[in-house]
Amino acid sequence: MGNISINIENVTVAYHGKVALHSASIKLEEGTICGLVGMNGAGKSTLFKAIMGFVKPVRGTVSIHGLPIRQVQKRNLVAYVPQSEEVDWNFPVNVYDVVMMGRYGYMNVLRIPRSIDKQVVQESLERVGLWDMRFKQIGELSGGQKKRAFFARALAQQGTVLLLDEPFAGVDIKTEKLMIDMLMELRQAGYTILISTHDLSSITTFCDQVVLINRTILAYGNTSEVFTEENLSRTFGGSVGDFSGTKANSRNQY
Amino acid sequence: MDFIQWFIQGFSYWFVTPMQHEFMVKAILVSALVGLVCSALSCYMTLKGWALMGDAVSHAVLPGVVIAYVMNIPLAIGAFVFGVGSVVAIGFIKAKTRIKEDTVIGLVFTGFFALGLVLVSKIRSTIDLTHILFGNVLGISDSDIIQTVIISVITLVTLAILRKDLILFCFDSTHARSIGLNTTFLYYTLLSLLSLTAVAGLQTVGIILVVAMLVTPGATAYLLSDRFDHMTLIAMALGVFSSVMGTYISYHIDGSTGGCIVVLQTILFVLAMIFAPKHGIIAQSKNAEINY
Repeated sequence: MGNISINIENVTVAYHGKVALHSASIKLEEGTICGLVGMNGAGKSTLFKAIMGFVKPVRGTVSIHGLPIRQVQKRNLVAYVPQSEEVDWNFPVNVYDVVMMGRYGYMNVLRIPRSIDKQVVQESLERVGLWDMRFKQIGELSGGQKKRAFFARALAQQGTVLLLDEPFAGVDIKTEKLMIDMLMELRQAGYTILISTHDLSSITTFCDQVVLINRTILAYGNTSEVFTEENLSRTFGGSVGDFSGTKANSRNQY
Repeated sequence: MDFIQWFIQGFSYWFVTPMQHEFMVKAILVSALVGLVCSALSCYMTLKGWALMGDAVSHAVLPGVVIAYVMNIPLAIGAFVFGVGSVVAIGFIKAKTRIKEDTVIGLVFTGFFALGLVLVSKIRSTIDLTHILFGNVLGISDSDIIQTVIISVITLVTLAILRKDLILFCFDSTHARSIGLNTTFLYYTLLSLLSLTAVAGLQTVGIILVVAMLVTPGATAYLLSDRFDHMTLIAMALGVFSSVMGTYISYHIDGSTGGCIVVLQTILFVLAMIFAPKHGIIAQSKNAEINY
């Protein structure tokens, strides 16, 4: 049994008095890949925000490796890979700049890269196969490369908790395979990885655990136990189209 | 030979002769400095999508400027209080009512601006409204020059120190927050610099056009570069060039200085929009052809 990495205890989050997440409790161990499944507005991003310390729970606590969130931020423990839609791809930065941003938390006030920072950035870029593309403006990358660039930034940050928001949306098969392989490696190295997605088919292939969410935690635990027809229909209010549909079949080939 | 002589004469008539007047020397130097500072900040405004915010803040400083004038304290302090105050008011109204943000911005800055107009018209003083609204760099006083220099130094030093954090804040504030950067501090820093430079810009082009100084050079440079540092250097070069040339042109044609500077900046933008090597309209349409 590994140590508890993410510990969410009885967390309730409300915006302007409206409850977005109710009494959520999750414990994730080190070396876990966990899928976070729910509809839009079910509280997936609220849960992410609570883990990153962006929203203050009305009730309950969030801790990572036993540390309060402020300490977690200072130690760069949580790395977040945003959805592609959230990024301004026309921003005048190149791939190298973006990955270097993962190192800012380790640098002094002026954020001048030290040799260790450059080394880690190079390793991260090589790991995702983008070292040769490092001088490209980020908008010039393909969909899969864009995802890998931000993944490299998370690697460069060297946090042991990874939050990925819809990592496989609009991504080519090569990138998806590469990213899943890397996630497996990171799990081996003791990372705790939380993946928000509504693509149910890929979850069963590599997630150890699943959290089903709809304003509260409906169920969580080992994938095989939680991923039942009944639980899923509670999560999606009856429609589980893309679980049993053609999309799932076409993805089973690898 | 004749051509060279003609050129030298023309050059000296255009650029050297005006410098015999002390007011022109001051005006050129102040314009150059204001152009430099405003365009450095304009890169952040463009990338953060704060053009409307820049417009709002620069208008909202008016009552602060007038009150500071009456109280005989530096105008920058009054402008700072009202500039930041307007944004706090915008945030408050947005959070407490159902009204959309752009409506709130339009509502607040016109309200502040109108209050400033009333104050200007009611106080008995030598304060000249047209100078505030349209700038008066050709008649700038020494105390105003000192104030502009102080504002410029504060702004440039702050931008130099916080450059990378501000870039990250503009690009990806979620990541910035998750690694423990104080994004609220960065937000108000950018806002404070905006209020301060609005005062600096007020001297040269006036309140109404200062938003152009805070947007156009950044937007032009954005079309010419894919790296932030290059973009900043290009923007600053464009800002200084158009400020200095605009001041000269206004001297020779005896026209509005602020107007000349901003028209020149807009012309440079249009040229970049059409001819920029990669992001210009011509280059874009060529790319489109290749893709077919």
